Amino acid sequence: MLAIVIPYWGQSLLRVLGGTVAVLLPAGTIVYLFLFKMMSFMQSRLGPMEAGPYGSMQLFAEVGKWLQKEDIIPEKADRVIFKMAPLIVLVSTFLLVAVVPFGPDAYFTQFDAGVFYMLAVSSISVLGILVAGWSSANKYSLLGGLRAAGQLIAYELPMVLAVIGVVIQAGTMNLQTIVVAQNGGEIFGWNGLGNPYILTQFVGFGVFMIAVQAELTQAPFDMPIAESELVSGYMTEYSGFRFLIFFIAEFATAGVFSLIASVLFLGGWGIPFSWFSWHNINEIDDWMNVVGPLIMFTKMMALVFVIMWVRFTYPRFREDQLQRFAWKALIPISLLNIMATAVLKVAF
Amino acid sequence: MPMKPKVPGLFKGLGVTLNTLMTTVTKGANTVQYPHEKEAPPIRARGVIALREDNCTSCMLCARSCPDWCIYIEGHKELAPPRRAGGAPRKVNKLDRFDIDYALCMYCGICVEVCPFDALFWSPEYEYSEPRIADLLHDKDKLGEWMETVPEAPELEAGADKKGKK
Repeated sequence: MLAIVIPYWGQSLLRVLGGTVAVLLPAGTIVYLFLFKMMSFMQSRLGPMEAGPYGSMQLFAEVGKWLQKEDIIPEKADRVIFKMAPLIVLVSTFLLVAVVPFGPDAYFTQFDAGVFYMLAVSSISVLGILVAGWSSANKYSLLGGLRAAGQLIAYELPMVLAVIGVVIQAGTMNLQTIVVAQNGGEIFGWNGLGNPYILTQFVGFGVFMIAVQAELTQAPFDMPIAESELVSGYMTEYSGFRFLIFFIAEFATAGVFSLIASVLFLGGWGIPFSWFSWHNINEIDDWMNVVGPLIMFTKMMALVFVIMWVRFTYPRFREDQLQRFAWKALIPISLLNIMATAVLKVAF
Repeated sequence: MPMKPKVPGLFKGLGVTLNTLMTTVTKGANTVQYPHEKEAPPIRARGVIALREDNCTSCMLCARSCPDWCIYIEGHKELAPPRRAGGAPRKVNKLDRFDIDYALCMYCGICVEVCPFDALFWSPEYEYSEPRIADLLHDKDKLGEWMETVPEAPELEAGADKKGKK
């Protein structure tokens, strides 16, 4: 454990800075690497090339462009709520990252109800989206907002149920303890790899990633923002800085959800403890606080790659297909997964 | 209707995008970085319309057939010396103004096809955008300059009925 004592104000400052970095850095990287470059390559073009070497400064150009734009608020919009909505969405991202552990001591906060808190907080963004759609005084926005609400609520359920399998297996809802349990675990007495829960909870992992895809309203689940029929749905009336906040929130949330998925299923920041003959969290060397975040970042990038890969490959679900998929396929599967996990947990 | 997930097709789709990603990374994209490298358009591409002023009789056929009314023609009659000695002076139409407004033109090419005197030609030149929209109105001098970029007309097919000009 760390021997340095940081005063309370220093801790708070570090948390604020760390939180901002943990939200904005992945968001920027995801947008440049995947949205600009990967999508272009998948369409056999090069993407932005002019701003900076290989277009690496394109993001700053885009942000600069958005900041210059006029902040338009429709005449009949509910002004206060209209202005609030993007912030609600972004706040949910910041609240989510607060509970993610990045290393043995590198976490913003840690408590026993971590998984519960994470699932609860992630649904705050639904409120923001619904509010944005309602307050815009625009029928496209309203339809988009309603679709988003229906979709996000439908896919919240399989996500919760998929996580329950992990919680049963780990016997805790503390995310840090889940990471320790995975890396300190063993597979039938062999501990060379730890016991990442993707091996036992692969069904849960699949359901979780599909639900995340839908929660992020990425294609093929982008019915709420379907740009060809709803002109971006709840974001239609937003311009300039407020649209930018929605945009950042979308990709930052993709990053944060990938972080959470890697914590729950891929072993999080840890490396198998047996490699360095650690036995519990107190024996872990301090350098893991530096390596841990890097491991997390790598795993996040891998998962976001999959999310974006799926996004750029598949066409959009129809609304009824989308709901049927959640209620008739994902939820029964995850319920079965919970039952199987519970039975095996008791049996072993 | 029961839902049948087409699972092999789904993975095939992922394979297609990943393959394209790999080919783009290793072999380069299908696109070119336009201002730095240019692709030559096909020789008969419809880039800009050129005017051979000498052939124009200001008959107004092109102006009347233009769907956008983007051709402006003004002319007056002049007397020209007779073709044969002792003949009456000929009356010819002198072209005062021939403008094409490329801000309106939709490149349908009807004017080129309708011209009975071979005064209008397609040129593959395409880089003539302007900061001011009014500058897209090309007058007859500018349209005449485009004539230099017009490719040679292809040879007639063997055995074609050749109506030589007098």
